[in-house]
Amino acid sequence: MLTLIGRRLALGILTLLVVSVIIFAGTEILPGDVATAILGQSATPENTAAIREQLGLNRPPYERYFEWLVGFVQGDLGTSLGNRRPIAPQVGFRFENTMLLAAMAACIAVPLSIGLGLISAIKQGTIFDRAISVTSLMAISVPEFFIGYLLIMFISVKLGWLPSLSNVNDRMDFGERITVMALPAITLTLVTLAHMMRMTRAAVISVMNSPYIEMAELKGVRYWRIVIQHALPNVLSPIITVVVLNLAYLVVGVVVVEVVFTYPGMGQFMVDSVSKRDVPVVQATGLIFAMTYVLLNMMADISSILANPRLRHPK
Amino acid sequence: MTTVNSETARYIKPSKLLMVRRFLAEMPITAWIGLIVIFINLFVVLTAQWIAPYSETEFPTEVWAPPSAENWLGGDQLGRDMLTRILYGAQTTITIAFIATLLSFTMGIIAGFTAAVVGGFIDTLLSRIVDALMAIPTLILALVVISVLGTEIYVLIGVIAVLDSTRVFRLSRAIAMDVAVMEYVEAARLRGERLWWIMTREVLPNTVMPLIAEFGLRFAFAFLFIASLSFLGLGIQPPLADWGGMVRENASAIIYGIAAPLYPAAAIAALAVGVNLLVDYILARQNRSVAAAFDGV
Repeated sequence: MLTLIGRRLALGILTLLVVSVIIFAGTEILPGDVATAILGQSATPENTAAIREQLGLNRPPYERYFEWLVGFVQGDLGTSLGNRRPIAPQVGFRFENTMLLAAMAACIAVPLSIGLGLISAIKQGTIFDRAISVTSLMAISVPEFFIGYLLIMFISVKLGWLPSLSNVNDRMDFGERITVMALPAITLTLVTLAHMMRMTRAAVISVMNSPYIEMAELKGVRYWRIVIQHALPNVLSPIITVVVLNLAYLVVGVVVVEVVFTYPGMGQFMVDSVSKRDVPVVQATGLIFAMTYVLLNMMADISSILANPRLRHPK
Repeated sequence: MTTVNSETARYIKPSKLLMVRRFLAEMPITAWIGLIVIFINLFVVLTAQWIAPYSETEFPTEVWAPPSAENWLGGDQLGRDMLTRILYGAQTTITIAFIATLLSFTMGIIAGFTAAVVGGFIDTLLSRIVDALMAIPTLILALVVISVLGTEIYVLIGVIAVLDSTRVFRLSRAIAMDVAVMEYVEAARLRGERLWWIMTREVLPNTVMPLIAEFGLRFAFAFLFIASLSFLGLGIQPPLADWGGMVRENASAIIYGIAAPLYPAAAIAALAVGVNLLVDYILARQNRSVAAAFDGV
């Protein structure tokens, strides 16, 4: 098992490196030129050259890539083109905000979806089960901003229960923060809930149909004992995988939701920087998002190795 | 093909018309809803100029006017007719998503079939490139590329097509791998047929149904993706009407309790749900026919 985990870790690190190359190359090799992109209409040969000089674009790409990567690992994310300040402090608190929002959504979504998935698997084929399956298919295909604006319209404008804008700041205490973040967190929950629930349901059903469960039933073991003692250990591994994969999705889904609720997170920062063509910020935030995604995917694989009884007790 | 009884199946191949009729006859209500939604959208895309109550450049009403007999869905942020904008928006959004899907399919299928049929180094190279691209979340990669290339329409189509084609590649490679080991492909190879001939005449016809279902899913993805990009202000640019952009432009109305951004958002949601409902049926049907084939053995 240790070799398996070691191999997966090595693969994860390799993936991180490849991802960093792609993100760097994405802004380098593509036909568009960063200097012209920054200047837009006002690009003349002279000031293009000046900008290229200033950004160090005249040096070979691989040299700049290593410099960028080494800086990144040390916490130096470079300098923003927009306000010419270092990027790291601007990203810091936004990253925390984003993670906080994703964590809050996960805290609601994970237990809820596993619970609903279990129930609909046990009540397989009933109206309850079918209703959940159609609703979740719809929820999967609906865009995040539609759910977001519907919630704003009904919960915050019509009912006045929760604020529609999520301008969190340092002066707020914990309670205020939670209230302000509630709507974006609920939106994210609704977006990920359906998928997790469907996968939980499928995993439980496939295990409950296997011969050893039938054996337990025939022996006369009590129903809940079968579910908890016999089925759960084998269901755990696929469920954990699904949960972590959805957390990875959550971190990206956060981008659109942050824009809907003008939540000061990293997603909105990245979107703003893309429209301002602030390439260093886009590279830095893009790499952080991609890294979180890759790391969560790696954790999904490793935890499913750890949770799988067959891998934990090799012959 | 699946439900023809075994007596006749040996002698006649069911006609296309018969298969379509059977496909429709067995369709559950959810799939009907999906099909109807798709047809309405198709109709709007083809006829927007003629059925729109106003012209695209007219300002017939007030800013965010409430729905009325003259303006069924009210006005938008500049006092244009919301319904007219939505009808024209359908043309832009759906056409662009459709072109991107077609492009991604062409690229994905050609690359996937080539990888499966040629194998060896080409297969490894293509598969590793796709793995690397899929390791990064699509939206993040798209944002990085757009920050350099800008939001021209051909850039958007290209970005979506390339990112979307990675999934088509995986699917078509897997399908072709299954088909490529069949005797009739081997026979064609031994006959000395060319690669292109093998792919179009031997491999493609046997992979049609799963690819149709995938086309639906990919279209839904491309469509939601372009809508999301436009919503973020990084997709199709005004003055062109498009659904994602309209949600963005009208977004600030929502805090006054005006439903303006909800109309284009609902249009997006409806089409995405519709496509998924139909695809769900096609996939379920396919699973059933595979199961039936195994039962017969």
